[in-house]
Amino acid sequence: MSTGYFFSHRHVLGIDHLSSDDIQYILDTAESFKEISARPIKKVPTLRGNTIINLFFEPSTRTRLSFEVAAKRMSADTFNISASTSSAVKGETLIDTARNIDAMHPDIIIIRHSFSGAPHMLSRHVDAAVINAGDGTHEHPSQGLLDLMTVREHKGKLHGLKIAIIGDILHSRVAHSDILGFTKMGSEVHVYGPATLLPPDLEHLGATVAPSLEEAVRDADVVMTLRIQKERQSDPLIPSFREYAQQYGVTREVADLARPDALIMHPGPINRGIELMPDVADGPRSVILEQVTNGVAVRMALLYLVMGNS
Amino acid sequence: MANDWRIRNGRIIDPVNGIDRVGDLFVRDGVLVESPRDLPDSTREVDASGCWVVPGLIDMHVHLREPGEEYKEDIVSGTRAAAAGGFTAVACMPNTRPVNDCRSVTALILERAREGFARVYPVGTISRQSGGETLADFGEMRDAGVVAVSDDGLPVWNSQLMRRALEYAGDFGLAVISHSEEPSLSRHGVMNEGKVATRLGLRGIPTAAESIMVYREIALAEYTGRPVHIAHVSAAMSVDLIRRAKERGVPVTAETTPHYFTLTEEAVEGYNTNAKMNPPLRTEEDRQSICAGLADGTLDAIATDHAPHSRLEKEVEFDLAANGIIGLETSLPLSLALVRDGVLDPVGLVQCMSVRPAAILGVPGGSLSPGEPADITVIDPELSFDYTEDMVVSKSSNSPFLDWRLQGRAVLTMVGGRVTFELRATD
Ligand SMILES: [Zn+2]
Repeated sequence: MSTGYFFSHRHVLGIDHLSSDDIQYILDTAESFKEISARPIKKVPTLRGNTIINLFFEPSTRTRLSFEVAAKRMSADTFNISASTSSAVKGETLIDTARNIDAMHPDIIIIRHSFSGAPHMLSRHVDAAVINAGDGTHEHPSQGLLDLMTVREHKGKLHGLKIAIIGDILHSRVAHSDILGFTKMGSEVHVYGPATLLPPDLEHLGATVAPSLEEAVRDADVVMTLRIQKERQSDPLIPSFREYAQQYGVTREVADLARPDALIMHPGPINRGIELMPDVADGPRSVILEQVTNGVAVRMALLYLVMGNS
Repeated sequence: MANDWRIRNGRIIDPVNGIDRVGDLFVRDGVLVESPRDLPDSTREVDASGCWVVPGLIDMHVHLREPGEEYKEDIVSGTRAAAAGGFTAVACMPNTRPVNDCRSVTALILERAREGFARVYPVGTISRQSGGETLADFGEMRDAGVVAVSDDGLPVWNSQLMRRALEYAGDFGLAVISHSEEPSLSRHGVMNEGKVATRLGLRGIPTAAESIMVYREIALAEYTGRPVHIAHVSAAMSVDLIRRAKERGVPVTAETTPHYFTLTEEAVEGYNTNAKMNPPLRTEEDRQSICAGLADGTLDAIATDHAPHSRLEKEVEFDLAANGIIGLETSLPLSLALVRDGVLDPVGLVQCMSVRPAAILGVPGGSLSPGEPADITVIDPELSFDYTEDMVVSKSSNSPFLDWRLQGRAVLTMVGGRVTFELRATD
């Protein structure tokens, strides 16, 4: 690890706030922790005596479990609170909830919330360090970092790569974190999807909007497909899933336009046959399960770094 | 004690009478008089040197929250805030609980206003219960005292109803005020659609949601020949539509607010709920178009859309936070910045904040003609102050301008010769 560097963030609210040095340092730290998960006894005492609360206002088995595994491997005490966003309607505000939890003196609060900015608000009202585990359609920094880690492991670098991100960018906090992360590290991110699922001014985040699926994927080093969010179809955003699969789904043919050593990635869970065809998802270039493994290492690094800074 | 005043040595700005000169103004029994001839010895004096003396400012768009949400504001506290901001009259929107769609609610508002610190002109709803289905009883409400109709807070999505409202309001001399928003385009949106919304992951409201409805109102006004007033214009496209409509003689008037010519969508950074409003804060390009619209008279009036909300409605997730900010106490200082920036001259400012609001609503005021009630605002255009939470007069303090250093403010507000606010003691 580089010397003289100091991780200066008390909270991890988004990749937007991290510098490329921060990202480098987090990934280096994660790599050094990754080996712990391969040991017969998968536990170190690093965070013994620390209390970590998983405050999930939105169901997410995968991310919650990943944070919980990370915390336990570092000997922290973890507590899971599944709250409903509708508790606000019942009278308890997020700030009330936060203050109550903070009164129990946790060291870290990991929050998942369906509204963008909720972790930012929380961080202003608690003493604990706050880690954003996904907020609305804003950011999912730990997922973005694990994507960066996975690519760095395979490509040996994060600069000068072409990253293609395909699908529902509008609703994807992962896409937002990935665009910010990869461009900060010196790669080019090309996005493509139905115009109805591309938010305006994506260029402002650092992405290039490709004119076609083929152009986005051609010669890419990484092809990241995004989950089409079936639960978010209240607006007429796409005509049908069948149409989507035919026009925007990543097939073997499309994937073959990328570089021969291109990685196939997906934040999961996959709608097989809609955004990603099964033979590609399960093919030799897919690193989807490695993403899950690296997720634990990245989250261990984040817990360690925010604790070291409090 | 009789309401007799001599306001000395101020810069009297009275566009209706073509006056802009330093001199004295005289009030006898609460009424403006030409000369000091008849003033008794007990006449009190105000030294207005260095200040502007203007016809009382009129805010044609406020929410006083009474009846129904008095924990946010009531008619007394809201008019006290108005007086502190230099306003002698306000028009209050009907989206109270219950809504002001009938005689009894109008009467209650006017009854409570008698204890207030400014004249209150109630606005009735366009549709019964603001339900957007059938016309409210314009005649009964006019007889009870409303000066205009609007479903403000909600758009009139039904174009036929809006057409009928324009036609029918004319029979009663009521202004029709449009909250211009195409709801299928704005639905779920919480801020301006654009680069900041994309970065923050917040659902956007496109400018087209406003401008489509502005154009609908222009088309209906042009077709029926009846006037329409567009509330809180925020977008460049809307300014352009109104400008071109006025050029061909369509009877359309429009207002904007200090936040649209002062702030942009950047104010939402950090998920600042005190920058959440509807229509939302727009881009720098829109902001400049709003200034240009004020400069060339496309936008007739500066209103505040004063919308008090308690902490309960604002200290929540951005998506859940209520729309709106208070504005009565900051409107004049923020508008004076337009004068310093050369967008408006002092006469233009008085036009936007007094003369034209009175004309559009068809209410008294807007001039300093002898014989008129002495509604007067004395403004120190240079006086700097820090707008801090503890000096907020309104019951709510949801303002994005807290802790701003502002320049210029009202130092004396007088309604019918009665002093409703004074910053420093009068002699
Ligand atoms: Zn409105």
